[in-house]
Amino acid sequence: MIVAERKAISDILQMIEGAGRVLVVGCGTCVTVCLAGGEKEVAVCASLLRLQNQGEDRDLTVAEATIERQCEWEFVRELDELVADCDAIVSLACGAGVQTLAAQFEDTPVFPGLNTQFIGIPEEQGVWTEHCLACGECVLDKTGGICPIARCAKTILNGPCGGSQDGKCEINPETDCAWQLIFDRLKRLGRLHMLEEIEPPKNWSHSSDGGPRKVKREDMIL
Amino acid sequence: MTERPTGHTNTNSNLERVLAAGEFAVCGELGPPRSADAEVIADHARHFHGYVDAVNITDNQTAIVRMSSIAAGALLREVGLEPVIQMTCRDRNRLAQQADLLGAAAMGLNTLLCLSGDHQVFGDEDTARNVYDIDSMHLLQMVRKMRDDRQFMSGTDLEGAEPRFFVGAAANPFADPFEFRVVRLAKKVAAGAEFIQTQAVYDVDRFARWMEAARDMGLHEKVSIMAGLVPPKSAGALRYMKNNVSGMRIPEELIRRMSGAQDPKEEGIQITVEIIQQVREIEGVRGVHIMPIMWESALPEIVSRAGLTPRPDLS
Repeated sequence: MIVAERKAISDILQMIEGAGRVLVVGCGTCVTVCLAGGEKEVAVCASLLRLQNQGEDRDLTVAEATIERQCEWEFVRELDELVADCDAIVSLACGAGVQTLAAQFEDTPVFPGLNTQFIGIPEEQGVWTEHCLACGECVLDKTGGICPIARCAKTILNGPCGGSQDGKCEINPETDCAWQLIFDRLKRLGRLHMLEEIEPPKNWSHSSDGGPRKVKREDMIL
Repeated sequence: MTERPTGHTNTNSNLERVLAAGEFAVCGELGPPRSADAEVIADHARHFHGYVDAVNITDNQTAIVRMSSIAAGALLREVGLEPVIQMTCRDRNRLAQQADLLGAAAMGLNTLLCLSGDHQVFGDEDTARNVYDIDSMHLLQMVRKMRDDRQFMSGTDLEGAEPRFFVGAAANPFADPFEFRVVRLAKKVAAGAEFIQTQAVYDVDRFARWMEAARDMGLHEKVSIMAGLVPPKSAGALRYMKNNVSGMRIPEELIRRMSGAQDPKEEGIQITVEIIQQVREIEGVRGVHIMPIMWESALPEIVSRAGLTPRPDLS
């Protein structure tokens, strides 16, 4: 899932300065599961905005809505009427959701209420970790199902580097060394020999380095 | 002493000549200044004359901005010492690395150490974006391809003189997983490393076990392995390294010895000399790389006491 965290309320208030009627929009998919932008978080965010605005001179009304997915037009269009009534939108979705709203509602400013963090998984209750960098050319077949692109601080393809000690990464004692995990996993699978070959340099043109990416499925295009 | 064919060299590197002649090599190390002050290089270098075969020049070591290793290396060469240019993969992509390799070679620099580089979180520019376009393994392959095949990494031909570097890599016998450390060394040799400089040796037993594993794979005959040494200045310095520098192993006994010493600096020199003598006895160790961090003045004493003077003049 895409994992995100809410921005500070003070930052959001700064973004919406001057707006009288604000719509906070949640997303029912990834950010609901990671407890950053679902219906509940929309309610909390809206309440905090109202509370923090008390005592200020300005009049602020905050409306709430949560749709199934902010990154799909059919769901975004459900907001037409609510948006017509507001001066600004705060989107509690990932960056894709924010931009879908902005594209759909051309005359209304849309502000991000979340910081999109990464593609990851829940590690334990309340803890999520990054697992995929969307590099465009998956190498997990060669690395025992553990991604060195997302999980090695140096995106090393031929690790572990000299900073791997006691299973941890040199940059943070709380971070597992991805290459130690890869080593352990391939050893368990009896496939350690796979690490004897030098993995060639990565073709970064398939990742964001190649410019904004587009997937075209000719068979699906109408 | 050596089972390698002696005498044959591919480059004008003094370090390569010394190793090819079967001599036990000595490298120093110098961190460029955090300024544009050229004099600093000559000032620090004065301790090295006559005591080393080459001097490593670090590349933004510990992710702190310093004068570029290539520029500092060119300045060092002007005062008659051979630099080992360190190049990391942290700050430059393959375009910048290849451009700098051409430039360094054009300025007469001919010895290169290929590294991943310390992560930028360790330095004072910790909000920087890192690069790591390629890793140290790929950097080795790229340097060899430019030198031996006269081709850029893309496969395009060079249009003139090729950069001729004697090329090395780092190895850390003290990092984990231990059983993979020699396999990774073998990969670096396969990628083109001609010499290896290790992380600082304090745990000689572990280093000896790593060397044994390297010999089992015949790697000591394919690559010149130089043991790294950081002369300890105080017990505090050792403790700091033990707790803060990843991939270091420092026996408690050594820290106790330093804290009990009446003259810690003298003790640090003595310890370093002893470690040199111990690693020299290990089959396949072909030199030492002494990294006197902010303590260059200790180097002449260490090299002399270890019986490594005079250095061979093979120019």
